[in-house]
Amino acid sequence: MNTSYAMPRWADLVLLPLVCLAVALLAAGGVVALVGQHPVEVISVLVHGAFGSARGLSYTLYYATTFVFTGLAVAVAFHGGLFNIGGEGQAILGGLGTGLVALWFSAFLPSWLMLPLMVVSGALFGMAWAVVPGYLQAYRGSHVVITTIMFNFIASTLLVYVLVNHLRPAGAMSVESVAFSESAKLPGMHEALAWLGVAWPASPLNLSVVLAALAALGVYLFLWRTRAGYRLRAVGSSPSAAEYAGIRTRHQVVLGMAVSGALAGMVGMNEIAGVHGKLLLEFVSGAGFTGIAVALMGRNHPVGIVFASILFGALFQGGAEVAFEVRGFSRDMVVMLQGFIVLFSGAMVYVIAPLVARGLNLAGRCLRQTGARHG
Amino acid sequence: MDESLLGTLLASTLRLATPLIFCALAGLFSERSGVVDIGLEGKMLFAAFAAGAVGAVSGSTTLALLAAIGVAIALSWIHGLACVSHQGDQVVSGVAINIIAAGLTVVLGIAWFAQGGQTPPVTTAVRIQPLFPQAPAALAGVPWLGALVGEGLLGHNAMVYLSLALVPLSWWLLFRTRFGLRLRAVGENPQMVDAAGVSVTRLRYTALSLNGLLCGLAGSYLVLAQSASFSPNMTAGRGFMALAALIFGRWYPVGALWACLLFGLLDAAAIRLQGVHLPVIGEVPVQAIQALPYVLTVVLLAGFIGKAVAPQALGRPYAKER
Repeated sequence: MNTSYAMPRWADLVLLPLVCLAVALLAAGGVVALVGQHPVEVISVLVHGAFGSARGLSYTLYYATTFVFTGLAVAVAFHGGLFNIGGEGQAILGGLGTGLVALWFSAFLPSWLMLPLMVVSGALFGMAWAVVPGYLQAYRGSHVVITTIMFNFIASTLLVYVLVNHLRPAGAMSVESVAFSESAKLPGMHEALAWLGVAWPASPLNLSVVLAALAALGVYLFLWRTRAGYRLRAVGSSPSAAEYAGIRTRHQVVLGMAVSGALAGMVGMNEIAGVHGKLLLEFVSGAGFTGIAVALMGRNHPVGIVFASILFGALFQGGAEVAFEVRGFSRDMVVMLQGFIVLFSGAMVYVIAPLVARGLNLAGRCLRQTGARHG
Repeated sequence: MDESLLGTLLASTLRLATPLIFCALAGLFSERSGVVDIGLEGKMLFAAFAAGAVGAVSGSTTLALLAAIGVAIALSWIHGLACVSHQGDQVVSGVAINIIAAGLTVVLGIAWFAQGGQTPPVTTAVRIQPLFPQAPAALAGVPWLGALVGEGLLGHNAMVYLSLALVPLSWWLLFRTRFGLRLRAVGENPQMVDAAGVSVTRLRYTALSLNGLLCGLAGSYLVLAQSASFSPNMTAGRGFMALAALIFGRWYPVGALWACLLFGLLDAAAIRLQGVHLPVIGEVPVQAIQALPYVLTVVLLAGFIGKAVAPQALGRPYAKER
């Protein structure tokens, strides 16, 4: 990686992502102004829609839950030096795994057994879909970026095939399975809070937000507090040094992809088990790619990823509000902003970082000079 | 299978393969120069939008083509700015271009035309017409060859033939000229090219410009020849399929052409075989045929049918030593 710029740790971790975000927002604001809207009005409706009410906040957190899973998936692979573009496909397979066990067993298994089974099944399906590209990279020399792209397409056609030819009830028009039994339904946040005596408006937000928080904590512990995580990071920062230190790098590549895929596979818990209660098409709808933006914004750290996920959740929820309130605005504006964020905080970070470093230097020198003059 | 069916199958194979050929050649130049191009999809999509918008407003085929090519080249240069000039991550940059294109085309489409992201259809005068419109009728009476040559080979517009002609041209440019030698060298060993006193940056930007030109042609084909207007996400993964074809053709123009034709044939067959009961195999699920290009590419990459060797320096940014 390029290290031609030097800046304090806080600036690298906090200031730089914020500057990149600001540049992306400016670019998006420019487009908003170009198409004849008021950027400030759009932003205020967006922020109000995302955080202004308990309902809006719930939707924001609901979207964020999915992004935490896909963002963590990208980050874990990244720490192993792998770029997993296949979050989309792994999430689709994970949802399939979650949905299949729910369809097969939910009629006669109780909730306390059913729900953990669905989590495990989703994670295993996602894992399987990521391990194959990982294995092919480690042992057959094909690149994980290309194979995961291919696996995304294979996953979506596989889901269509399974739904259309096997799971769709005979005679039904819409491409979806029958609804799961009640035991396979993950309780909504409003239901959970009602048990505690707290009134909360109904929303798609469900208990998988807790699962996402646990996953973020788990990823932190795994990467920085276990030997396996250390080995993975060692391979990510220098494969040859890791090899020399006696780490079997090929195992780490497969392991990194396995953990990554398992995380992406849990998206199904939020969307399939938490909201829809049946298997359907399009429940991932780009969240795998949003995960890339989330991981880049969050600098591949679980804490950063949680914040970045909430930011993207707010953009999606607020964007939906804006599309409702402002004429000529559509959700695609948020997709575009997401693209700008990937561009500026990912690809162009080496364009921006030296500028930030120079600005910091200048500010530091000014501060010292005024300090010297006064003191 | 009778000959008229073969004729139409050949015709639709060529029609469906054309954007793939343009795009795969675009990827060829970029990747041979050592720059990974995941952004083919986005560039093609944005070019299609530009062609649709300019074609509908100006009513000129030339302007529509120029706009599409211009937009695609501009996107290629953004890719170059991020990853050639500043050593950013090439895959991330490509992903960014894809996402921006998917969002921005719809935003601009809604703002300018207010038709849910679609552009108004271009007039027949703007659309690119078949080159030999009389050929299919003239050859209709000839047994066997009539349908195959008339409809299958001669019933197409100029862009189809252009894409086919560009394949040997690209081969000649890459493998028989000094420029091509340098371009391939920069994808294998940029240090060496630099040491020889040739600018790595300029070569990679040239490759990216050619890449933009070809992506522009691919996008404008979709709007000016295949359907008459732009609609959101109309590329529908063709850019990635072209990337797969490029890899399947092992980064060679002729190999990529065969892969594109194979994928085009599969695409045409998938439409035709829907719900058809074949002898022996039974009914083939459409999804299996749709997934086949990707499965084949993975199998090839895994080294189970021959070996695909990528350019050595592919994906590695080059920093000149100071």
